[in-house]
Amino acid sequence: MLKQTEGSHAVAEGIALCRPEVICAYPITPQTHIVEGLGEMVKTGELANCEFVNVESEFAAMSVAIGASAAGARTYTATASQGLLFMAEAVYNASGLGLPIVMTIGNRAIGAPINIWNDHSDSMSMRDAGWIQLYAETNQEALDLHIQAFRLAEELSCPVMVCVDGFILTHAYDRVDVPSQEEVDRYLPPFQPRQVLDPSHPVSIGAMVGPEAFTEVRYLAHHKQLRALALIPQLSEQFRTQFGRASGGLLRTYRTEDADTIVVALGSVNGTIQDVVDEMRTEGNFIGSVSICSFRPFPLVALREAIKHAKRVVVLEKSFAVGLGGILSDGVRNSLSGVVLNGYTVIAGLGGRAITRTSLRQLFEDAARDELEQVTFLDLNADLVAHELAREAQARTTGPTAEALLRRLGIVASQIT
Amino acid sequence: MFQIRIHGRGGQGVVSGAEMMSVAAFIEGRHAQAFPSFGSERMGAPVMAFCRIDDKEIRLREPVLEPDALIIQDPTLLHQVDLFKGLRSTGYVLINSARGFDELGLNEFALGFRPSHLFTIAATELALKHVGRPVPNVPLLAGFAAITRQVALDSVLAAIREKFPAPIAEKNVAAAKEAFALATRPEISHA
Amino acid sequence: MEMQQIKFYQTATFTVGNRLLGEHERSVQANMRRTNSLNSGHRACQGCGEALGARYAIDAAMRASNSQLAAVNATGCLEVFSTPYPETSWQIPWIHSLFGNAAAVASGVAAAMRVKGREDVRVIAQGGDGGTTDIGFGCLSGMFERNDDVLYICYDNEAYMNTGVQRSSATPPAARTATTAAVGPAPGNVFGTGKNVPLIAMAHNIPYVATASVANLRDLEFKVTRAMGVRGARYIHIHVPCPLGWGSAPEDTIKVARLAVESGLFPLFEAEHGEIVNSTKIRRKVPVDGYLELQKRFAHLFSKPRDSARIALIQAMADHNIKRFGLLP
Repeated sequence: MLKQTEGSHAVAEGIALCRPEVICAYPITPQTHIVEGLGEMVKTGELANCEFVNVESEFAAMSVAIGASAAGARTYTATASQGLLFMAEAVYNASGLGLPIVMTIGNRAIGAPINIWNDHSDSMSMRDAGWIQLYAETNQEALDLHIQAFRLAEELSCPVMVCVDGFILTHAYDRVDVPSQEEVDRYLPPFQPRQVLDPSHPVSIGAMVGPEAFTEVRYLAHHKQLRALALIPQLSEQFRTQFGRASGGLLRTYRTEDADTIVVALGSVNGTIQDVVDEMRTEGNFIGSVSICSFRPFPLVALREAIKHAKRVVVLEKSFAVGLGGILSDGVRNSLSGVVLNGYTVIAGLGGRAITRTSLRQLFEDAARDELEQVTFLDLNADLVAHELAREAQARTTGPTAEALLRRLGIVASQIT
Repeated sequence: MFQIRIHGRGGQGVVSGAEMMSVAAFIEGRHAQAFPSFGSERMGAPVMAFCRIDDKEIRLREPVLEPDALIIQDPTLLHQVDLFKGLRSTGYVLINSARGFDELGLNEFALGFRPSHLFTIAATELALKHVGRPVPNVPLLAGFAAITRQVALDSVLAAIREKFPAPIAEKNVAAAKEAFALATRPEISHA
Repeated sequence: MEMQQIKFYQTATFTVGNRLLGEHERSVQANMRRTNSLNSGHRACQGCGEALGARYAIDAAMRASNSQLAAVNATGCLEVFSTPYPETSWQIPWIHSLFGNAAAVASGVAAAMRVKGREDVRVIAQGGDGGTTDIGFGCLSGMFERNDDVLYICYDNEAYMNTGVQRSSATPPAARTATTAAVGPAPGNVFGTGKNVPLIAMAHNIPYVATASVANLRDLEFKVTRAMGVRGARYIHIHVPCPLGWGSAPEDTIKVARLAVESGLFPLFEAEHGEIVNSTKIRRKVPVDGYLELQKRFAHLFSKPRDSARIALIQAMADHNIKRFGLLP
């Protein structure tokens, strides 16, 4: 059924259709609306057979999820930014134990400085924790991916993180098609755990493993994600057949077949990129883009196939490896092993800075002429930076950096972007 | 694509106004996108919301930088924030005020635009009259519908009824109807 | 039927067994059909108070729940010595997650059992003092506050033993640990610090809070059984000497535990919804010296010269407990 609704609410409806049995979460902007929506559904009885647990911290949220999942319940939680870091230990624990928990990350920047707006630093911080990571491009995909996520998680016994851009998607009203309960039931069967706490068949879960077997346990986790590379497209294809729309999968290409310049990105910014690609195409540029959905496992082979014919690749990412450069860029570079082309890292949108068509247009034109630096911070205020560096060079006690920058910038409330 | 930018302060229903606008467009079978831009989360802080309406899927995710219509819910923002940035010369401006553009000190500004696209409407007063709360978003939405014809009044009323519970919805409907009528009167308060 | 001569001395001791009592009054451990939930073969030290306490507690819980029990264990000695990969000595469903989250994981297990209509399966969370009073404190309070149907058992050996005897907020004043060396003007753990988790549990007004000791194993079983008869958040804090960490002889574990009780340093009581309803009277009060002298972690108090001031402060703590909990008849 078509609805015009807030992204978080669409996600909540999607989760509810998956018949979750235990939901636990701790509030943090910008995921709060998702869990509030679900909490209300449980209270009214609209979402039946579901325990909603109000936990005292994100660490507790993931821990409650671990217990519930280990006891055989289909379990869901959500967090972002600081919250994800606070539960970091438990995040690794969940994947190490092979528990099929599904978690939404309302992508938000990590502080300090404290920042509530969107970028990918949070999910990136957990990229090697062993969770499958899927990025949604639209609110429709955000809803759809959660349905696929439970299927994926339970088939592999591996937890799945669905990343949804905070504010940009979570707080945006969009048209979505909410499937019916019957449709979802046909796609997602009841949870059959591989391991479960059950008095009639007692098992010990979570033993210490020493050097004699640790490597093998970790290898099997890697192997699981490699199997996901095949399973993710399968489930996406099945979804398409059953629900009638393309959703999920490893990646999607847009006008890349004869492109000289290909832009690679994760999440909602792909929409803006596609608009710019269309604009530039009408003017005769050979440009295309790739939207990666599955970041973990990273689709090395599929990506290589999609971009190897290009002259240059521009990786536009809302994340960065401090002191090194790009994070997504690393994966892209890995996929191009042996292929020679020009690769550019563009770090953009950090802390919620808007990524505009105008900036992208300029950026892609520069790229097409190969007039880009290796690593570019899009729309960096060079004056502001230079001023602060000069200020810090003059004296020792210069006070907090962030506050100094803000003071120089002036009243920000009056700015549009 | 038609792009709207709404300016106001926290607590004035800027965001829900944009949301209702998108629902009204959806009811007419069109694609619509509405999203907020917050500063810090507190009452009284300047807030913006954006809405895009189109007949095909909207992929764009940047803020509305070149609005086709501006709705200004709080005139105290007028000389503080660069509200009109990016406004197209054919754009519409709807300001929540009982005063005209002249009295608001916007005469010079108005020169660059089509007079028939500039309006003020006493939305807060209308809201107080019908709903009893100084939240001007609904009358402004109806005014927007009247002036730009991007959405029909009926769609706006349906969006209102979807958002609010019954008794409050009807009060808002009354406010919307009066605002719409006011905005379609020939001798309207525009520049 | 064979007639057995009654030997009267058997009825007046604290020994387990006691064939003169009815089935359900006999200790769980005396029963040939006890579940042995924590089976032999685990790697605990000689004289480990925690292994003793856990065995008694979990078997009692198994009897009370008709063997429908799942346990969540925090990281620590108990978890490590009971599950040396690839073996496990647990004969019940058991999960170890992290150091600080046993209470939260248990809340999750309980929620799952509720939603699956299996509320007959009871949930126990257990951990040492470190995992309970320090790093697990937030999750513990959350479980209490929600009144989740979990029995949390803390085995208190008064330090982080598994990692090499470091000070926790349960470490008593003056005790030597790896991080509170017995040197300088204030040797051992600092006076005026520490947390009383049983009292904090009571402050949450949960249905049942109790302290217990391996000095009185019948009492321990009784309290666990009592706790299992109640639904909601419950907490039992068990004093368990650690010969290695305390520097006491392995064969003295129960003796040391008894001296802690009889001196007043470790009061035994029960509370319901924040009010104390029962306390075990001290049969024969002893000065704290007897307790302290058996443990090398307090040896610096007795080196020449004797640290009378600090011993007096410890005695004052014991006297305060006696008064507060009404431990003397």
